[in-house]
Amino acid sequence: MIQSLFSNLTELSVGQHWYWTIGEYPVHGQVLVTTWFVFVIIRILSLSGNRNLKETPDGLQNLTEFITEFVRDIAKTQIGENDYLSWVPFLGSIFLFIFVSNWSGALLPWHVLEIPSGELAAPTNDINTTVALSALTSIAYFYGGLSKKGLGYFKRYVSPAAFLLPINVLEDFTKPLSLSFRLFGNVLADELVVAVLVTLVPLVVPIPLILLGLFTSAIQALVFSTLAGAYIGEAIEEHHLYPNTFWLLLKILKYFLL
Amino acid sequence: MNPLIAAASVVGAGLSVGLAAIGSGVGQGTAAGYAVEGIARQPEAEGKIRGALLLSFAFIESLTIYGLVVALVLLFANPFTG
Repeated sequence: MIQSLFSNLTELSVGQHWYWTIGEYPVHGQVLVTTWFVFVIIRILSLSGNRNLKETPDGLQNLTEFITEFVRDIAKTQIGENDYLSWVPFLGSIFLFIFVSNWSGALLPWHVLEIPSGELAAPTNDINTTVALSALTSIAYFYGGLSKKGLGYFKRYVSPAAFLLPINVLEDFTKPLSLSFRLFGNVLADELVVAVLVTLVPLVVPIPLILLGLFTSAIQALVFSTLAGAYIGEAIEEHHLYPNTFWLLLKILKYFLL
Repeated sequence: MNPLIAAASVVGAGLSVGLAAIGSGVGQGTAAGYAVEGIARQPEAEGKIRGALLLSFAFIESLTIYGLVVALVLLFANPFTG
């Protein structure tokens, strides 16, 4: 009994999925289940936190106000005083979803629940989720730039000089790639490290690594929303063309460093 | 699976994390060293320095994680196994 429980906990099943077929498309069922679970948690939190609002907040209202202010600060520092307010909902949704799903993967004993194939884990443990999130970010910053500046948005591809066009176009592809791989890799690495340690020593020893995993997954949620904010801010900032060599050097340096 | 491909994939998976970790290690060490220097020079700025340090650690670390993703692809979703 104990043996089977532990072997259940320590099962490593990367790349195995519980396929559902919706229409003609196979989807990863275990991701959908946990995603909806995360949605329900966030929904319950926001409903019960904001049901009767008071002048002096207490209990859950404190928490929800703190989260709101936190996200608003991220947006303000990344996007700037003028436009940040309309992007707070987007950044807030992304931050909350990633944060709650990472922590649900680290804190809840999903592995105890048996499913036909694969295993339940954090939704961000699957590359499809993270690619979807980063594609949303790309769409968001294109939308922001185009709605703010119209077709003038495309001027940034040839700034500060025309020969940087390939690099600027390439950036649009590397941004979502690095965003999605960073989140996916970090979450999967945390779960793998914990799973491997649990296989070796099932008690007590993995706890520090679980705590480290909680910390890094919170940081990753922060990093994802900060970067999404930075990209949006970059897209909608007022254009200043600096046709001098210093700016050019800075741009080239930035490309090689990032 | 072709045993040659299997062996090469396992070696490649090990190398991809190991080599990626070298650069990250050097980078994190440099960043941490300068952060400590900054704190020693100006202890009242510790909070800000720590925040920036953790954020940059996340970025530096993700480079190793890219290597890990490559290793995982080689081990669990190898495109060459046919």
